[in-house]
Amino acid sequence: MPYIEAACATALRKARKQQQLISKRLLREDTQNGEGKAGMEIPTDPLSEQEVLQLLRDTQKGTEERKKSLSCLRQALQHKETQQKFVRLEGSMRVLIGLFTSSLADVQMEAARCLHELSHSSDPAVAEACLPATSYLLTYLSGHSIEFTELCLYTLGNLVVESEAVRKQLLPQGIISALASCIQSPHEAVLEGLGYVLSQLLQAKEASIEIIPLVLDSALPQHMLQLVCSNLELGMGVAVEFAWCLHYIVCSCVNNALLISQGIMSTLVLLLLELASMVSKAVADGLELLICPVLRCLSNLLAEEMEGCNMQVQDERLLVALFTFMQYFLNHHLFIVQECLWLLNNLTADEPFFCSAMLTLDLIPALLQLLPCSRMVALLVLTVLCNIAEKGCAYCQQLHQKAVLSSLISILTLSDAEVAGQCLELLHLLFLHWPEAAADFFTQAGLQALEQHQHHPELQERVRALMNLATQPAAASPCSLVSSAAVPSSLP
Amino acid sequence: MLLLSGLSAAVRAELPLLPAPARAPPQAPFRFSPRRLRCPREHELLEDGDIHRHLYLQDILVSVTQVTEKPKVSEFSCHIAGCCQVFDTLEGYEHHYNTLHRNVCSFCKRSFPSGHLLDIHILEWHDSLFQIMAEKQSMYQCLVQGCVEKFKSSKDRKDHLVTVHLYPSDFRFDRPKKAKSSTKHSKSPLLQNTSMPVDIKTSEQPQVDSMEISPVENMENASQPLSSLISLPPEKHLNRSRIPSTICFGQGATRGFKSMKKKI
Repeated sequence: MPYIEAACATALRKARKQQQLISKRLLREDTQNGEGKAGMEIPTDPLSEQEVLQLLRDTQKGTEERKKSLSCLRQALQHKETQQKFVRLEGSMRVLIGLFTSSLADVQMEAARCLHELSHSSDPAVAEACLPATSYLLTYLSGHSIEFTELCLYTLGNLVVESEAVRKQLLPQGIISALASCIQSPHEAVLEGLGYVLSQLLQAKEASIEIIPLVLDSALPQHMLQLVCSNLELGMGVAVEFAWCLHYIVCSCVNNALLISQGIMSTLVLLLLELASMVSKAVADGLELLICPVLRCLSNLLAEEMEGCNMQVQDERLLVALFTFMQYFLNHHLFIVQECLWLLNNLTADEPFFCSAMLTLDLIPALLQLLPCSRMVALLVLTVLCNIAEKGCAYCQQLHQKAVLSSLISILTLSDAEVAGQCLELLHLLFLHWPEAAADFFTQAGLQALEQHQHHPELQERVRALMNLATQPAAASPCSLVSSAAVPSSLP
Repeated sequence: MLLLSGLSAAVRAELPLLPAPARAPPQAPFRFSPRRLRCPREHELLEDGDIHRHLYLQDILVSVTQVTEKPKVSEFSCHIAGCCQVFDTLEGYEHHYNTLHRNVCSFCKRSFPSGHLLDIHILEWHDSLFQIMAEKQSMYQCLVQGCVEKFKSSKDRKDHLVTVHLYPSDFRFDRPKKAKSSTKHSKSPLLQNTSMPVDIKTSEQPQVDSMEISPVENMENASQPLSSLISLPPEKHLNRSRIPSTICFGQGATRGFKSMKKKI
């Protein structure tokens, strides 16, 4: 399994680079022994055109015959070539829609499963052959049974992501208001399916112009905010889908002011706190799927620098939550560490509140431990430290006390130019605001670490500037004038 | 895990805020100044998280769809009078009930796939004031939920549905009454049952008859032309200038499912 996962991940990475990262879900419930494990197996050989035709004809016969042939058809449609043959047959889709709109529950279900198999095709022509079915798929969202509604939703979600033509048709057909009314369903399974459709829609390349404004205009955002943090123990799946929806909306920056006015920031902060307490109780299986989009939303919303949005997050428990996530996911999901650090940067960039809390909550040692993780992590850690150091001498003094220097010296000797550059920036801030740190640095092996980079074109100027400090006595920096008064004695 | 205790320990005590002097611009050759970062969707930082999400979607990480065997119960039939369908799962019954008995017009017993369509049907077919008011103002509501447009006639609405909402011109739930008593449902004219004006569209519905045949009817009358339609060569559609009398776009009330009197 890990092998398959790695191979898939490589394929997905490539698709992402080409901006073609799409995924579909397959609901398949096979009663036959163990077959149909999520698309891994293909049941039989593809059918010939004649066989497909015969199956379609058989669906027009008596009840028992119809059920049998429809279920054969459904299985045959798991095969890509059969799907293509099916859609090329004149009138086939009309027959299928006829069955799909049948008043017999099991016929309708089985026809819906056929449509669902078609929607899973990677051939856009197959998705577009399903165009005549979309108005019915929407009509049936009002729900005949949970399972049926769920099937309709996943079918829509698959079709939507495959073809722009489908999206162009579904929007005027009223998909947004259909979803806005369906979102009031009390059923977890329906809500998760709905979140899936919405997240697929929001990933469309034309989403920020054509789709997100309509979504923001509807009642959906408020429901989404509510659902993203409801019933975590019971139904994480729902929260995951809506968190990704929110991420797609927020990162396209259409109208984040609206979401902020609806209280998105404090909702998500509280959610992170709850998730952190779940992580600390080690009930964290799959939680990274939810934590990740929530972190992204907060980070991107903070980057909006809107009035009032800082106040919505001023809660130092948020820092503790972030460090809880980083420790927990360090070994298995390093991306969570990166994204936590991104949020940490956005929190500490302008807010002395969070910088000060980083020091008083004694989070610096945990932050320094992350330095060797990866290049990206090291860069982000150093940037966060720079944010803190930049706040002045009281902060630099504290950083000095927390023994940042030895970590900096070792990262300086090991790193590439970009990381070393960020390290130099941090040293500069420390030396500027707290000259004792400079003295200490040079008595440790700091000078040698600096010399290593003195010929690098990108770094040499800054290296020289720092080395000059070693030879000059500590000049009276503006910091040293205030330092004696500014450092609160109460701090550890 | 030195931090885990911190979550509860760090209750909202007012922290001593260290003094932060006004920010100075960076001094060359140094250039750092703090800034909040925005990551657009394609940003490199987001790659690993995106991949993880898609592995999950593709079911490679977590199996979302557990194969659940529906608990079978001993066979029972629908309790609604006149309906004799038999079920062996509660889900099957729920689906059947919601399809046929949930949104049912109490006047004419037609059933609809949604309450919205039922409301429109009742208004247009059974509200005695509707016809009078419809002569004076636009009363035909758009069938699409969330669209507030109203129209003078069902034909106008139909045009609107097709052109604005891209609905199929033969949308199944935009049909007039069917003879609910005819279990032997031939292509007999439905018009006899409707006192409403009917206009027959000819050019735009070349294949419309397939939709007219619900599987229920088919079951009773297996000679319906559905199966022949499948292999129908395209030119035959063009020749079909005369539309069967089953096709009518009159009152525009939603076409419900047929009544429950069927032989299963």
